[in-house]
This record gives sequence, C-alpha cells and structure tokens, in this order.
Amino acid sequence: MIKEKNIVRWLLSGVPLLFLLLFFIAPSLIIVFTSFRFPGEFGGLAPLIAPMGTVDVEHGLTLEAYQFFFSDTLYVRVFIKSLQVAVVTTLICLIMSYPLALLIARSKERLRNIMLLLVVLPFASNFLIRIYAWVIILDPESVLSYFINLILNLVGISPVIFLFSPFAVLLGMVYVHLPFMILPLYINLEKHDPILLDAAQDLGASHWKCFWYITWPLSISGVSSGIVLVFISALGMFAVPDILGGTGDILIGNLIKDQFISTRDWPFGAVLSIMLALTILLIIGLGAYFLRRLRKRNYAT
Amino acid sequence: MALLEIRGVTRCFGNFIAVNNISISIETGEFFTLLGPSGCGKTTLLRMIAGFDLPDSGQILLDGKDMVGMPSEKRPIHTVFQTYALFPHMTVSDNVAFPLKIAGKKLDEIRSRVIKTLDDVRLFNLGNRFPHELSGGQRQRVALARGLISRPRLLLLDEPLGALDLKLREEMQIELINLQKETGIAFVFVTHSQNEALTLSHRIVVMNQGGVEQIDTPSKIYNFPRNRFVADFLGKINIMDAQVLEIIPPYLRLLIPELGQVVIPNKEGVKIGDKGFMAIRPEQMRIMIYSEEVNSKNHFSGQIKSLLYAGDVTTYVVEFSNGTRVEILLPNSAPREIKRFEIGDLVVIVWESDVGLFLND
Ligand SMILES: Nc1ncnc2c1ncn2[C@@H]1O[C@H](COP(=O)(O)OP(=O)(O)OP(=O)(O)O)[C@@H](O)[C@H]1O
Ligand SMILES: [Mg+2]
Repeated sequence: MIKEKNIVRWLLSGVPLLFLLLFFIAPSLIIVFTSFRFPGEFGGLAPLIAPMGTVDVEHGLTLEAYQFFFSDTLYVRVFIKSLQVAVVTTLICLIMSYPLALLIARSKERLRNIMLLLVVLPFASNFLIRIYAWVIILDPESVLSYFINLILNLVGISPVIFLFSPFAVLLGMVYVHLPFMILPLYINLEKHDPILLDAAQDLGASHWKCFWYITWPLSISGVSSGIVLVFISALGMFAVPDILGGTGDILIGNLIKDQFISTRDWPFGAVLSIMLALTILLIIGLGAYFLRRLRKRNYAT
Repeated sequence: MALLEIRGVTRCFGNFIAVNNISISIETGEFFTLLGPSGCGKTTLLRMIAGFDLPDSGQILLDGKDMVGMPSEKRPIHTVFQTYALFPHMTVSDNVAFPLKIAGKKLDEIRSRVIKTLDDVRLFNLGNRFPHELSGGQRQRVALARGLISRPRLLLLDEPLGALDLKLREEMQIELINLQKETGIAFVFVTHSQNEALTLSHRIVVMNQGGVEQIDTPSKIYNFPRNRFVADFLGKINIMDAQVLEIIPPYLRLLIPELGQVVIPNKEGVKIGDKGFMAIRPEQMRIMIYSEEVNSKNHFSGQIKSLLYAGDVTTYVVEFSNGTRVEILLPNSAPREIKRFEIGDLVVIVWESDVGLFLND
C-alpha cells in the first residue's frame, strides 16, 4: 500500500520535477559555465577550442569576466544603488500595504471582495502598458505636472520635472510591486482570530499594544513573504528604470539586460547574474537567520 | 455596597431585545452564575460587563461608579473565553505574563508571579510549551491563570467548561471552586448546564428570553423555583394542573383534575381558588406495591409504563388513571432486594405532605 502510494506520488510530481530540473537548474548551470568563457566577436561566446587555421583567437576558459567586474567600482556602485532602490521600494510597499491589507482583512465580506478585485485588477492589462501610462501621467505637459508646478510656483519654488528621474523610478517600482505585498499580507491577516484582540484588550492592552503584541507578531510570516517577493523582483527589475528613469538611473537589471542584448558580452552578463543571485541568497539567508533569532528571543520569558 | 451592580440594563439588536431590563447585584468574593437556555442573552450581558458592548439603557456600576465610557482595557474585569483565546505565538508563561507585561510591571515581579500562578492552576512544568502543545484541560487552566494573575475585581467566565469531556469537566469544577475560594475574586460564570450551576455557585440567576426569572442560592432555586420555567429548567420535575381548595396552615389542599386531592406545604400569598400547577421532584415520591397498606395523605394508583436503569438510580414512568404520567426516581441502594418493579405492574404512588410546591399560573 505504502509503496504504491509512493509510486503514485512520484509519478504525479515527476513531470513538474523534470520541468524544474530542465528549465531551472540547467539554465543556471549554463549561466555559470558561460561566466567562465570569452565573449564572441559578434556577441555570443568564443569557441572553447580554437578553430583550425586561426591564430590569436581567444578561446577556452577564463576568469576575465570576473576580473572585469571587480576592476571597476562602477559595477559595485550600481549594485549598491540597486540594493538601495530595492530596499526603499520594499519598505514603502510594506508601509503602504499593511494598513490596506488590515482594512481589507477586517472588512465585511462583500466589501472585502470588491477591494481584493481592485488590488488584482491592474494585472488584467499588460505590465509594460501600465508603466507607459505613468509616462503620460508624469509627463511635464501632463495635468498632474501642471497643477503641482502651479502650486510650487505660488510658493516660490522653481518647476520640477518628474519624468526620467529617480523619483519616477521609485514611484514606478512601488506601483508595480504593491499587489505582491498586499496579497500575502492579506492572506495572513485574514486568518487572525478576532477574539484574540478582544482577549488582549480585555487584559488591559490599548489598541496600539494589541497591534504590537498580537497582530504584528502573528503577521510576521506574511510580512516576510511579501518582503521576499517584492525585494527579489525589485532587485532584478529593468523595465521600470528603462521607461521611467533617466540615463543615470540604471540598475543591475538594466546592466544585465544590456550585456545580453546591446553590448553583447554574454560572459560578463553571466557574471552579473551570478553576483545578483548570490546577493539575493545572502540577504535572504541573513534575513531568515535574524528572524529565527528574533522569534526565539520573543518567545523565551 | 455591592461590587457590581447592574441596573435596568437593556440591549437590543434591531427589533430584537437580547437583554431586557435586567437588574442584578454581585457581592465581593461571590461565585455568581448566569444560567439559561441558549440565546437567552447571557453572553450579551457578559460582554456589556466586560466593556465590549454598551447597554442601550440602564447602568453597570463597579464599586458604585458607573462604568459608562470606560473601555474594556481600563476595567479591572477579565474574561475567560469559551474558546480560551490563548495567544498562539506566545508560550504558556508569556500568555500568563501578558496582563502584567501590559501593565508595565518589573521583570522580576512578573517572573515570580507567573511561577506562582502557574502553580495555582497546577501547570508547574508547562511554562515553555505553546498553546497548540497542550490538552483542552491544560489550555483551560492557562486561560484561567491569565485571567487571574493581575487579580481583577471580577472574573467573567463564558461557558469555560463547554468544550471539555464530562470527567475533565467535573475535575475542573472542583478546581474552579478552590481557585475562587483561594483568590477571593468574584466570579461571574455563564453556563447552560443546570448541574454545573448548582454545583459551583453561591447564587444563580436563571435567565430566559433576555429577562430574569429568579435570583437565588442553588438550593432555593432547586427546591423553591418561583415559576414553571425555573422549575422545568433545573432538574427533572413533574408538573400537574392544580387549583387551591383550602388553606390549612402549614398545608395547602389542592385539587388535581380527574385525579383527586393532594396536600402539600403552604406558600405565602396563595389564595383559595388560585389556579396553577403542582410541581414535585421525581426523588420526592415513592412507589409501593398495590396491595400494601398506605397511610400517607397523598396516594394514587397507577401503572408502570417504562423504566430507565442508570446504575445508582432507576427512573420509573408511572401513568395515573387520568392519563397523567409522572417520573419517579428510586435509589438502587440495595441491589439484592427482591422488591423491584417491572413494566405493567400496578402500583401506588405516595408522597408526604411536606414535599411538593404550588406554582401560580
Ligand atoms: N451582534 C448581534 N447582532 C444581532 N443579534 C445578536 C447579536 N449578538 C447576539 N444576538 C442575539 O441575541 C440573543 C442572545 O445572544 P447571546 O449570545 O447573549 O445568547 P447566550 O445566552 O449567550 O446563548 P448561548 O448559550 O448559546 O451562548 C441571540 O438570539 C442572538 O442571536
Ligand atoms: Mg453565549
């Protein structure tokens, strides 16, 4: 019986497992392999073995791409800036989403469903189109820019241009990632038993203390899923800075994309990808470690 | 001055009156029980005392001061919820420490009081467990400890034993009595189990449809129910239509239609000609064999229709000649005794004239 069950289980999970192995692990290995190669003359990769009859053609394995990465602080600076943008985006998303998710979770069912629908509705239209919409909204000629600059003018501040600025990038980043924070938070908060808050209040806790001692610690798992989803996605994002940012606003995502599409230096693009992946793993690992320590300390009297 | 005084409190939900003009006063150190059928407004009343809900009219006074506008976190009143409402992310110790932590007590004091309180509820070694690692009875004790640790003036318990099995329930009843006695904190206990109410309480209020039927000690409530609802609600009782024929202190002579006359104890305020009911408990009557000589004033012949053996006692259902059925409870104190009754036996039902109760319509 048990064996049969196991076989069925393996068969059922076999297809997705194979899929994962083929299309996740294999490309990752290819990337690692690529990072140790020379770039080809017209993009792609240089051959592993020198073709017959040629001299002086780069071939074989090398650490050149890695050396290149560490030889110029430019790349590390872009990394740090991307991290900053990702952290700020995640924080703003968290601060904006928490009250909203709480409101949705504590609303009556009808209202709750309407609000949830509104949260996911943007997904009904294309991602790029939604970002281009911000170009229109933030354009210097737009109604919004006009009114804001009108007010600034009254106060005596010179007019500002929102489009193609770090501000526009951050705005776009927050806008794009908001649902990915709201949904995991909502799913967590919705499960909280309201009687716990009654009990806490009954035992003397004010509304703020109820939140701090009950709602917040119970929502940590939702908060961390939201943070992971938004942070990882924000760190690799290239479309938003591409469309809403200026030339100085490029992030790692743009850098990587450029290596593969315009600069055509695949090995260097692979190195950047690997560095990004390692950074994410390191940060998530540290986060999980501190979260566990925090939890232990909270629980011990 | 009473510890808690409820004065003419009413609470409506739309057109529905959940609590209707209730007045109760509860004394310091009292074990007070709200007893009544499901939906009679017990929880609603409790929530108003705790401060989760406000009366539409009437007042609730603590130590003579109206608590209106005092939020629940400011009231020195704690609640033990039916579902316990333990904080799942905190250990037993942290749950119990919660009220002290909120009150900003020093860590040393919190620690020693938590240990003492866990001792009081017999949870010595479970301080580091989480609620989901406990049995139902243990969770119950944690909830009690958490409610008691900061020594509230009043502890409200909403059917706290409802989720426990019978044996554990009986154990917890004894512990509740002891805890209440040791701490001296007034308990307001909600139940719809009449047994529990009789066992635990100093005083009971019997509620029905949002109103008060009777407030009294358990023995008064059981032996001298004020009306038919209370008589019916607490324990088994036989009720027959009756009319007052004659008052011969200390007795009353009643006429039971189609059966005959009975003599029961007199009751204040009864007048000749009053119509109502005669109520008598199953354990207050005896069964005799038809041929036995009877020298009691109240005796009627009947036939055994069914019997229910329950080990310690047997309940017999006897039908009188007028078709009325009564239940009679006989102890099985002498199992070897030959005298037993079987279905179909013709018997005589007897009771003394110092038992039974006349209830007005
Ligand atoms: N928030 C509310 N809105 C509308 N009606 C309510 C509300 N709360 C309670 N009621 C009604 O008031 C009546 C009394 O409810 P309550 O919960 O006080 O009963 P209870 O005596 O505690 O019953 P139980 O023994 O089943 O717990 C019920 O008929 C209930 O349907
Ligand atoms: Mg109730």
